[in-house]
Amino acid sequence: MSLDSKIPQGPLADKWTKHKSSINLVSPANKRLIDVIVVGTGLAGASASATLAELGYNVKTFCFQDSPRRAHSIAAQGGINAAKNYQGDGDSTYRLFYDTIKGGDYRSREANVHRLAEVSTNIIDQCVAQGVPFARDYGGLLDNRSFGGVLVSRTFYAKGQTGQQLLLGAYSAMNRQIGRGKIKMYNRHEMMELVVVDGKARGIIARNLVSGKLERHSAHAVVIASGGYGNVFFLSTNAMGSNVSAAWKIHKKGAHFANPCFTQIHPTCIPVSGDHQSKLTLMSESLRNDGRIWVPKKIEDVKAIREGKLKPTDLSEEDRDYYLERRYPAFGNLVPRDVASRAAKERCDEGFGVNKTGEAVYLDFAAAIERYGKEQAHVKGLDEGNAALVKKLGQEVIRAKYGNLFQMYEKIVDQNPYETPMMIYPAVHYTMGGVWVDYNLMTSIPGCYAIGEANFSDHGANRLGASALMQGLADGYFVLPYTVGDYLANDIRTGTIDTDLPEFEKAEASVKAQMEAFVSNNGTHTVDYYHRKLGKIMWDKCGMSRNSKGLKQAISEIKTLREDFYENVKVPGTTSEFNPELAKAARVADFLELGELFAKDALERNESCGGHFREESQTPEGEAMRDDKNFTFVSAWEYQGEPSKAKLHKEQLDYEEIEVKTRSYK
Amino acid sequence: MTLIASSIGKKLIMALSGLFLIIFLTQHFAINITSVFSESIFNEISHFMGNNPLVQFVFQPILILGVLLHFTMGFVLELQNWKSRAVKYKSYKGVANAPWVSRNMILSGIVVLSFLGLHLYDFWIPEMDYKYLEVLPLNPDRYFEELVHKFESPIRVGIYVLSFIFLALHLYHGFASSFQSVGFNNKYSKAIKSFAVVFSVVVPIGFVFIALFHHLTAF
Amino acid sequence: MDLTLKIWRQANADAKGKIETYQMSEVSPDMSFLEMMDVLNEELIEKGIDPVAFDHDCREGICGMCSMFINGEAHGPDRLVTTCQLHMRKFADGDTITIEPFRAQAFPVIKDLTVDRSSFDRIQQAGGFVSVNTSGNTQDANAIPIEKHDADKAFDAAACIGCGACVATCKNASAMLFVSAKVSQYALLPQGKVEATDRVLNMVNQMDEEGFGNCTNTGACEVECPKGISLENIARMNREYLYASLKG
Repeated sequence: MSLDSKIPQGPLADKWTKHKSSINLVSPANKRLIDVIVVGTGLAGASASATLAELGYNVKTFCFQDSPRRAHSIAAQGGINAAKNYQGDGDSTYRLFYDTIKGGDYRSREANVHRLAEVSTNIIDQCVAQGVPFARDYGGLLDNRSFGGVLVSRTFYAKGQTGQQLLLGAYSAMNRQIGRGKIKMYNRHEMMELVVVDGKARGIIARNLVSGKLERHSAHAVVIASGGYGNVFFLSTNAMGSNVSAAWKIHKKGAHFANPCFTQIHPTCIPVSGDHQSKLTLMSESLRNDGRIWVPKKIEDVKAIREGKLKPTDLSEEDRDYYLERRYPAFGNLVPRDVASRAAKERCDEGFGVNKTGEAVYLDFAAAIERYGKEQAHVKGLDEGNAALVKKLGQEVIRAKYGNLFQMYEKIVDQNPYETPMMIYPAVHYTMGGVWVDYNLMTSIPGCYAIGEANFSDHGANRLGASALMQGLADGYFVLPYTVGDYLANDIRTGTIDTDLPEFEKAEASVKAQMEAFVSNNGTHTVDYYHRKLGKIMWDKCGMSRNSKGLKQAISEIKTLREDFYENVKVPGTTSEFNPELAKAARVADFLELGELFAKDALERNESCGGHFREESQTPEGEAMRDDKNFTFVSAWEYQGEPSKAKLHKEQLDYEEIEVKTRSYK
Repeated sequence: MTLIASSIGKKLIMALSGLFLIIFLTQHFAINITSVFSESIFNEISHFMGNNPLVQFVFQPILILGVLLHFTMGFVLELQNWKSRAVKYKSYKGVANAPWVSRNMILSGIVVLSFLGLHLYDFWIPEMDYKYLEVLPLNPDRYFEELVHKFESPIRVGIYVLSFIFLALHLYHGFASSFQSVGFNNKYSKAIKSFAVVFSVVVPIGFVFIALFHHLTAF
Repeated sequence: MDLTLKIWRQANADAKGKIETYQMSEVSPDMSFLEMMDVLNEELIEKGIDPVAFDHDCREGICGMCSMFINGEAHGPDRLVTTCQLHMRKFADGDTITIEPFRAQAFPVIKDLTVDRSSFDRIQQAGGFVSVNTSGNTQDANAIPIEKHDADKAFDAAACIGCGACVATCKNASAMLFVSAKVSQYALLPQGKVEATDRVLNMVNQMDEEGFGNCTNTGACEVECPKGISLENIARMNREYLYASLKG
């Protein structure tokens, strides 16, 4: 099977408009005869469901949570980008497009990214019309903030809960359609298998998580919007239930999986506190605007701090190593996420980590508190020399900007970040890789689509802040509902797909067999035991820094672990009841396969780009070095029976509008 | 669904009847307190209230309706609320998040209602009997005597005092709460709350004072 | 820390439940409450006992899925947090902790500590939206200026995570705080005003049909709400509802 990205002809800026006007449409009367399944209710899934239903299709939507509103898009903090240029600071569709391609380290598809930038403005209009309470200025107009890696203010936000507000907006649009009967919602249902009939996606096998019953659902198209696979690392900022299963199932049925090794490790997360840790909490990137990152210069100070004999505030300026400011004087603490993460790892690997696990650095607000405090004292005509007063005023400014984040930190760590520096460490946050899709967002299985974080298309090797929300909603509201018509136009005479077809029977039987095998295995170790082990392999060998030797080890270790898992996993209960452990086992089984492909992809890509750092490919100063000559392509893996045998297809990336350059932050 | 059948409609009835009863309570108190200062004023007002046709045939039925609505609705709501959590918690720490009075309105309400029964038995039924059944001759000077007579028994005075403590508790939550129920919650709410607290303490204490005053000065 | 856990166990919706007692030792005060539950479940699985089923997902206090009634309080003794953000340092060595599901007729138990909160979804489906076509062909986002004060209040109401702590806490199992938060968000914004009458009538109607109790203004919901949703919203909904009823 060869890759056809189906990028429309013509100038970049006209591609989407022209494409929209020339693709096939389905008449309103015929849309009533067509069923579409959507798996996942994050921003992409919820918005796609709503628009598809609005257009007249019969939509069946599935989520494993108890309500569509719980999907993990809800946890996004910072904001959503859009090229509105409300601030008049020179923003444009082209600039957003350019920043996204550059931020992605020239590994994303130009035409898709340009389309994303084009529809970004619609998203804001749409969301405001739906009643999303974005932040406003005193004139009553929408406010913007600035985000990492760009030179304009184009980020729309709703305090630190932008994802929540956008998701609730999409959820409300869904609710309207559920009320109208156009969406049939299946909560607490997990997609277990894709059903392919005559080479086309024709339905899914879903498991009702409450009763354990397997259900057959047919449709003329299946849309996967199940998010990213960061939980392959066990510890990540993803929700506990976030999983790769839907994406992985379609991969095993013929959908190519693209760039699995492109993972974003976010530099500012709350460090691991012990072996019991179940997940990691993100502290918004915006904190780096005011926080200075450092570790002690002397190793004996590090020891004293770990033993509790020394407080970080006791250390004088000359005993501190502000390593980002030292290494990257131009960008300082505001270098992109991948660079900041690697720098933190480098210091901790050298033994300078400041907590008992040795994996934490300081994010210090003392300087900002003093600066803001003096500013306030000046504005209010108070004594700028009064240290206590300055501190108090400064803390108020910080509280107004980041109050909710500081509160969250204090609840988790039990330290007051207004008084003592925060401790942070990088953590897995987002996966740029995903199911390979063409320009229409269709996977390599006809009739099967992937949208949002589940697909690979827009962020290349590194995603910019506030762009994930933009992509999810762009795909769901404004792209997929139209491109899907091009395919469905051929299905208007098909009629309802019969769920008694042998393909459904076979798919159901295979799922049933897997479920039965888990509960009757009666092994010795819990599912989490394996998930933790997998996470450790991934983090140690496929984490922030990767090398050929480690990756090869990872491949074989994961394979061994997988075999052990099937032999010795212990899943309590039965298949016909509410059994969260069983659901977890099925998800971890898929992670154990994906992990191997991930390592294989990382091994194959012998260059450093974006979030993917290969030790073999670095400058003498230790900076990432891209190899454009050999690696300007998308790795699309075709499943061949098991992950190690996956076949690589390369989609060459051609840049018509953009000159490929080296990123430098020195 | 009609307004009355809805949960918010029922709350509205509770709130409005409650506020109406508060107004009644205020005027009742204003009249009774005169008995402490002047026998003649008290008799005069009482006579007016007891024989003015507007009061007797318009306000009195409204008052009866208000009382009936308030406690009937109170019981209906309590029953619904009870049913809305059929399986109870083994451990429920109400004190952590709401004052005792607000969680036990039904209890204070029942005490006040029982007291109302006694009170009607003491004053209203004899009154009705006097005026409308036996149709005894008008006597504008009898009210004070009757009042003082009732407060001779220490047991009755004790019951009165206890009941007014519960009335205070009932008012302490109910007064300000009525405003919330009718949708009034704004910058004035704090002032209303403070006034409600003062009212719910002062008025019941006033009634207690009247009862004790007559009990102690009767001999 | 050593702890005694008394946990509500109920095999399924129809089964009769009861409290079971478990001992935990060496609990780290840095654990979150749910991490403590994870450890318990690992131990139970290893002993061949069915693990405790509980809802959870994001574990950062925003998805609203976790829902435990701990020592008589929704989300436990700490304030402005969900169960996933409650940490064991809030408890002392030797404590006995009682854990029950969120209880209400409108929240039937699915298993153990897991309850069905789809009644909240149905209330929102009854009118918790603005009827706007999702085509993107709306007017420009800045065409309607909104007073900052109103926009901020709408946001505060919209911050509700739909966890159901208000219902669980309320002695009457009333859902007024949740419903009013949604009604308020739209009532405060010009986009939502067009459908305000139908919205509040339909949502309150659905709320009553689901079997939630009535509000008696105890204010417990506001105290236990992990997002600090204000009682002002309930007053606003009462207002909106009365106005809508009279308008017909």
